[in-house]
Amino acid sequence: MTPDVAGLAAYASFFLSIALINALVCLGLNLQWGQTGLFNVGIAGFVAIGAYVSALLTTPASAAHWGGLALPIAAGWIGAMAAAGALSAFVGAVTLRLRADYLAITTFGVAVSVQLVALNAQSLTGGAFGIGFIPRPFESLAERPALFGLANLAIIVALVGVVYVGLERLARSPWGRVLRALREDERAARSLGKNPTRYRLQAFALGGALMGLGGAAHAHLIGFIAPENYQSSLTFQIWAMLIVGGSGNNRGAIAGAVLISALWSASGLAIGALFAPEDQARAAALRIVAIGVLLAATIVARPRGLFGERATVSRHLDKAVESAGTAE
Amino acid sequence: MSDAARRALEVDSLVAGYEPGLPIVNGVSIGADAGEIVAILGPNGAGKSTLIKAVAGLVPISAGAVRLAGAEITRLPAHTMVRRGLAFTPQTENVFASMTVADNLRLASGIVTAPLRVGRIEAMYAFFPDLARQRALLAGRLSGGQRQMLAIARALIGEPRVLMLDEPSAGLSPKLVETVFARLTEIRQSGVAIVLVEQNARAALRIANRAYILVEGRNRREGSARDLADDPDVAGLYLGGLRAAPMRQAAS
Amino acid sequence: MTPQFLADGLIAGAMIGLGAIGVTLNYSILRFANFAHGEFISFGAYATLLIAAAIGAAFAGSAEAIGPFSFGWGIAAAGLGAMTLTGALALALDFLLFARLRQKGAAITTVMASFGASMALRALLEFAFTSRPVYFSRDLQIAMPIGFGMRVTADQIALLALTALLLAGVQALLTRTQAGRAMRAVAENPTLARVAGVDVDGVIRAVWLIGGALACASGIMLGLIVQIRPFMGFDLLLPLFAAAILGGIGSVPGAIAGALIVGVGEAAAVQIVGAEWRAAVAFLLLIGVLLVKPTGLFGRAD
Repeated sequence: MTPDVAGLAAYASFFLSIALINALVCLGLNLQWGQTGLFNVGIAGFVAIGAYVSALLTTPASAAHWGGLALPIAAGWIGAMAAAGALSAFVGAVTLRLRADYLAITTFGVAVSVQLVALNAQSLTGGAFGIGFIPRPFESLAERPALFGLANLAIIVALVGVVYVGLERLARSPWGRVLRALREDERAARSLGKNPTRYRLQAFALGGALMGLGGAAHAHLIGFIAPENYQSSLTFQIWAMLIVGGSGNNRGAIAGAVLISALWSASGLAIGALFAPEDQARAAALRIVAIGVLLAATIVARPRGLFGERATVSRHLDKAVESAGTAE
Repeated sequence: MSDAARRALEVDSLVAGYEPGLPIVNGVSIGADAGEIVAILGPNGAGKSTLIKAVAGLVPISAGAVRLAGAEITRLPAHTMVRRGLAFTPQTENVFASMTVADNLRLASGIVTAPLRVGRIEAMYAFFPDLARQRALLAGRLSGGQRQMLAIARALIGEPRVLMLDEPSAGLSPKLVETVFARLTEIRQSGVAIVLVEQNARAALRIANRAYILVEGRNRREGSARDLADDPDVAGLYLGGLRAAPMRQAAS
Repeated sequence: MTPQFLADGLIAGAMIGLGAIGVTLNYSILRFANFAHGEFISFGAYATLLIAAAIGAAFAGSAEAIGPFSFGWGIAAAGLGAMTLTGALALALDFLLFARLRQKGAAITTVMASFGASMALRALLEFAFTSRPVYFSRDLQIAMPIGFGMRVTADQIALLALTALLLAGVQALLTRTQAGRAMRAVAENPTLARVAGVDVDGVIRAVWLIGGALACASGIMLGLIVQIRPFMGFDLLLPLFAAAILGGIGSVPGAIAGALIVGVGEAAAVQIVGAEWRAAVAFLLLIGVLLVKPTGLFGRAD
């Protein structure tokens, strides 16, 4: 029996595309958390904004949802980045000057609210039915799965590559150096006249924009989106990817994304193969338990993850622990 | 030997600091007897505050020993220390501003058994009549001087053997400093050993029996308060609050 | 629009309030937003269900409804047991996870860990009980008119009374007992508290116990009035945080006030724009508070 090379190629490129799109979102999270110390619990919401904005901008007219602009895919992606970036900027502007967890709670609220709007504003978003017929790159190749898959994969690889290089450059730029200084010693950085809030806001907005881009890329890869794609389990997975891979480190973000995506897919296949249909939902729940335990264990036992450098997590030490901080 | 056993507080070659490899206190030894006031002086960064915080159980100790009336208490948790009779008032944020004066004292009285609590609180009100008058006021609304009194009352409520204070004169007018220090001499008379970390060396030496001078985390000088106050080297270097560097040139 | 939303809002506010108290105490004393608090609520409801079933199997009359209420003494007793169990769950979670992270001093990472723990706990509940909603009792409750066009059920009145009782208890604990003073001290200044003789670790344990028990009570209420499902607590999380922040972190009366505002706001929204938009109210209130007065109604400037 000859191996179905084309089928394998199609599947592999699809899996890698998904993994790299996750990596893109994870890179955005790394900018927010690993390099700026901001905790985003609503990743799914920003991904969703990107997906929906891009879908609504690029789909042809439909009675099921708003739109009909049928703009080119690139325009959709730019719109996605703008929308997600703007929303992130708003959230940051409201919460960055406040306690750290207020940002976490607000981003959580964003995710809940975005989900709510996606589900209920039916005339805008198509409601529970979602949005279909999202234009896909290389649509003409759709009849030849292997080629189609590889072509799309190429785009995503290029996208992630450009973003990775851009982020690495940014980290070494003067802007990136200020960000690092703010993280290491805020008082010193302030005394040099650098306004921490402005830099953090920019980092947060850019990270959010990358998450939106990931959402858009995903929407155009699959061709169909629905509110149920963007729930807290997505936020959770991206966090697991960053923590396990190594936060503060862009390579770690990508590595973690591929690893967790692989684990997720593999366990998904295992569940499908080993469990009867009526038990599969419960087995899927166990999968989440496993990832949750893995995440918690990593935070406690090996905070720098697999590829992280030093313990980035502890750089965000809350020095208010026991010292009164008096000059002595 | 029997002297050391009776010493209210004995700190022996203490090494302490927030980071494990970077001690701020580098082998300091001090002692205080019942009924005496011991001042700990020295320039900024000498480790004075860190020393008593370490003794109180707030800063990690990596070497050395602390003994309270002969009993070893070196690494006990802070909340146990105070029950053993070692009281401490920090320099800043030394009262609970969001609680009333009365609640501050009631909280502090928790270290003695329930039947004794009311009596101890009343004793503090008797000793600090101003606090008695303002017992229903939020501690955050007290004036600087009264806050310091409340902080001391809070520490005294357990009838401690040793009372350590971190710069009680900080932020107070000279007149208030006199008042606070006068109260401290009254407290000394009841047999408490008082350890006083102070930046205001002049005022401290006026009420202290003995003093230690620390520089860069180590013992530098010690002696009776009178001797140190009269010593021109000490007066020039410390009473003016100058840095330690010139000290190296003077004969030790 | 009828005044019914006031009654509904009051009930919702009570449910949210019980959870919000735990959140605000946690937040002010442990200094982190515990995303797993929702799961204490869900766990509490399921635990009560299980224990009540066990009691029901052992004692024939325990399931019989008492008077006009839909529950019998079985559920009441089960509730007490479940409150203890939920408190124990909270303690266990702290011991396994949060205490270790506290030692390392990484405050925001504790929030992250709580998020991970919440997902794992929720998934465990889903695994054990499936996502199908279950109920304490199949009896339908009749809503009685109480004037001004409002109707409430007997259950709702009982639960309101219970909430008021628990509230009064917690407030008395905080303001009149040594334990309560110790908690307030740790909330303001843990270092000074240590020096004043407070066993901070003991206070932390007490806070987890109380928070867990109150969350369980909230879950029982929600289970009796609506239904029990794995996501019940998680769906309450945003209103809980909104209520706690609105009221001012660390203030128990504030948490209740905030909860009532959120509850009534949600009930009003249900009448005006429809039930599906209820969850947005909490979010809008949250943004509003953060924009206007982040310290909340009764909060201290942190």
